Amino acid sequence: MSRKNTILKWVVPGILMITLLTVLIAANKVSHTHYVPKLNCNCPPGFKLNDKNECIAQNLYMAYSTNNDPGVGGLKTALPKVRDGFSPQQIDLGRYLFFDPVLSADGTISCASCHDPQKGFSDGLTASVGINGHQLKRSSPSLWNVAYLKLFFWDGRASTLEEQMQGPLFSKEEMGNTPENLLKTINGIENYRHLFSEAFPNKSSSDPISLNEIYTAITAFEASLISLNSKYDRYAHGYHEALNAQEIEGMNIFRSFVARCAECHTPPLFTNQQIAVLGTPEPNGATLDPGAQIPFKDSTLRGGFKVPSLRNIEKTAPYMHSGNFATLRETVQFYTDGRGHAVPKEENLRIHWHIWEPELTDFELDRLVDFLKTLTDESFMPKVPKVLPSNQAAFTNNQNQESIQ
Amino acid sequence: MRTKSRFLKIVVSLALFAMGMLFGKMFLKPQPADTVPMPTTMKYRNVGSTNDTLTVTNQNTFSGNIIQIKDGESIQEAVLKANPGDLLRVYPGTYSETVYIDKDNISIQGVIIDGVWPTLDGKKALNDAILYSGNGITVENLKIIEYKGNGIMGQAGNNFIIRNNWIIDTGVYGIFPQYGKNGLISHNILTEIEDAAIYVGMCDNVDVKFNEVYGNVAGIEIENSRHCLVESNLAYNNTGGILAFLTPGLPIKTVFDVIIRNNFISGNNHENFGAPGSIVSGIPPGTGILVMAADDVIIEDNIISNNDNAGITIVDLPTGAPTANDPNSEPNPDRVVILDNFMIENGNNPVGEIKALMLSQLKTKGPDILAMGGGVGSTIRDKNRYRTFGLDNYAPAQITDTKDVTTLMFDKPVAPRSVSKEELGELTYYGVCAGCHAFDTRLIGVPTQLIQAIYKDNPQGIVDYINAPRNLRDDYPEMPPQNYLSDEAKIAVAEYILSLKR
Repeated sequence: MSRKNTILKWVVPGILMITLLTVLIAANKVSHTHYVPKLNCNCPPGFKLNDKNECIAQNLYMAYSTNNDPGVGGLKTALPKVRDGFSPQQIDLGRYLFFDPVLSADGTISCASCHDPQKGFSDGLTASVGINGHQLKRSSPSLWNVAYLKLFFWDGRASTLEEQMQGPLFSKEEMGNTPENLLKTINGIENYRHLFSEAFPNKSSSDPISLNEIYTAITAFEASLISLNSKYDRYAHGYHEALNAQEIEGMNIFRSFVARCAECHTPPLFTNQQIAVLGTPEPNGATLDPGAQIPFKDSTLRGGFKVPSLRNIEKTAPYMHSGNFATLRETVQFYTDGRGHAVPKEENLRIHWHIWEPELTDFELDRLVDFLKTLTDESFMPKVPKVLPSNQAAFTNNQNQESIQ
Repeated sequence: MRTKSRFLKIVVSLALFAMGMLFGKMFLKPQPADTVPMPTTMKYRNVGSTNDTLTVTNQNTFSGNIIQIKDGESIQEAVLKANPGDLLRVYPGTYSETVYIDKDNISIQGVIIDGVWPTLDGKKALNDAILYSGNGITVENLKIIEYKGNGIMGQAGNNFIIRNNWIIDTGVYGIFPQYGKNGLISHNILTEIEDAAIYVGMCDNVDVKFNEVYGNVAGIEIENSRHCLVESNLAYNNTGGILAFLTPGLPIKTVFDVIIRNNFISGNNHENFGAPGSIVSGIPPGTGILVMAADDVIIEDNIISNNDNAGITIVDLPTGAPTANDPNSEPNPDRVVILDNFMIENGNNPVGEIKALMLSQLKTKGPDILAMGGGVGSTIRDKNRYRTFGLDNYAPAQITDTKDVTTLMFDKPVAPRSVSKEELGELTYYGVCAGCHAFDTRLIGVPTQLIQAIYKDNPQGIVDYINAPRNLRDDYPEMPPQNYLSDEAKIAVAEYILSLKR
């Protein structure tokens, strides 16, 4: 009896000990592989989760109709078709990838290097700087509301976000990577293998990560960057006190047929998504950027660039494809300085017919700037991850960084 | 004696005057006209029973208030105070202002008294006279002069009526609805416009009827629009009379189903004073009708005379417009149909390209009808009666007339999108509130779950908080007021928040 007791005395604590050890070891192992918290299972703001685990865009413009597919018109006009339906996990995974410099060849540049959330998802430079300090030729476009866009790059050479991102990823001058090296890098990071199997549940963690999954995740994140709650939007939805007298005056100049801004920067997105030849100046000494002439192989599009959205334009200085204008005031001034005034003499551009001689006064130009600043809304700003799956330092100099959980 | 006769004189003359008044009243008073009996085979036309758009739109009733605006007051002030359904009556006077209407169902109606018009005068300093974005806007009986941009411009308003306006030298366009569906432009008179007097841009289902346009660069232009009826207008002494255009590089890529019928298009030989770089600045003087890359245009029963270059010109984009190409704009005019038209004395003094072209044919006169460039499927009725050039491919027309088409507008207004209360609540919650509130986690504001607990069965409590938040918790930042939301959206989102399950 006492012997039995003795055995029990030893066996019970022994079992307890082994269990505890197992749990501890397992816990240790889990904390090692799941360095990064589980992917978010809620949609970002501006999206509703449906029962298929898809995030569906929701905003007040959906209460309106439109007579046209491009979603262009006046104040209460529906937006164009949106790119949505990604899962919350894909969006969150895309957020990690977006801020992760392992996507570049030498691990120094992330998407956020040129698309900094604090700078309107642009970079504040006249033209961006790529790998090894390579000076690029055009300024970095904002990513706000890209879910609604159909044309990417200043010269409009891509028509999907997936297609677009392969430009910088695999350009020798930008992120300098190759598809093979990117796959090797990402597949070599255990955290990413777990996260991809979470975001793409049809695969197991032993399946290699594919390029398309990387593209999808980054697209999902980029398409979640929605800015539709500016002061202007409050006015558009019927609260006319949202804009002050000067801003309303600016809005009326903006949409008047003298300034004609709204003819190409059409509400509600403030772009009609077309290519336009403006004849803006290049930086000192630079030759004319042929723009859309190259991808479309059409000399009539020489000097043509995509009409950019003006949402959050206050945040994305400097302006134009060449970043040649430091302020909004200089930018609006360009349009009243005369049709073709900055075009080199030897060029014969087919300048857009809305570029004319509106003879706007200084007062009017100031009011235009007042109005442009009412298009600012960053209320759906995403958080910068504190910890990256690659163990790399996340993109820094950011107050909006995620708190450690 | 002397005074007496003077007194008598006065009395007599007064008596005579009074008698004269009496006689005048008795004999010169207008007599009520005798009613002549109607022939027994004739009935009064029952006005209002047809589907004719002029009649239908005349029957509009006003559900709101009538606001009067007198000389010295501001139309814009009245618009800001007006509610949907209101009628703003503008009395004779001079109003130097830009009137913008970002509301639905507002009517501005000039009151013309004794031939004196209410006048909007831009004094060549103001941009546009009237800018509207709302649906159901009516603008009528106004004289609009000396603006720099447009007389009347619409941006996306449906169901518009623009009629009986007298528009002189208002800059680029006189009447310019853009992105609108279902509209009527009738009985306006426009002159001295440096682009198109009436410009229907990127619209659908618009009737342009009974207007007089003269002395403009372009009289009437239908551009990148579909289902437009241009009927019974008088277009003379413009550079080009009536145009159906496809302009490349615009977000809307097509123009088709345009009927140009029963118009007088005469002597459109005005010198082109279009702004350099504008598309119309390339129109040669002497152009009657110009079809550029538009499809399914029917030209019927017009009187087209004395247009010195050509009566009807049909061109593709590369021929017509020196703009940047647009890979998404189909550049050819296809399936143009020319029916009976009365064409005389066109092409008497051709210029530029057409002159050179005709000289190559050893002719000095321009043609009645000219086609240049690509395009398929076009037809013409009774081609032999006209002097034509470039119409070798035109087959005989398959139709004789369009008499079945009385209007291309809808018989009912286009309804705005209506969303249910639940939908509006959902759009507001995810589109606005979700920036700070998630269901069961802390973002910037408290979790929605907590709001549900506090305001159970009390949506009005949430509405009150939305209007005037007061910080209830030290551990959260104060919510900014969300009072810009409409009253409907506030109660809808309050109820939606209380109904949320996750």
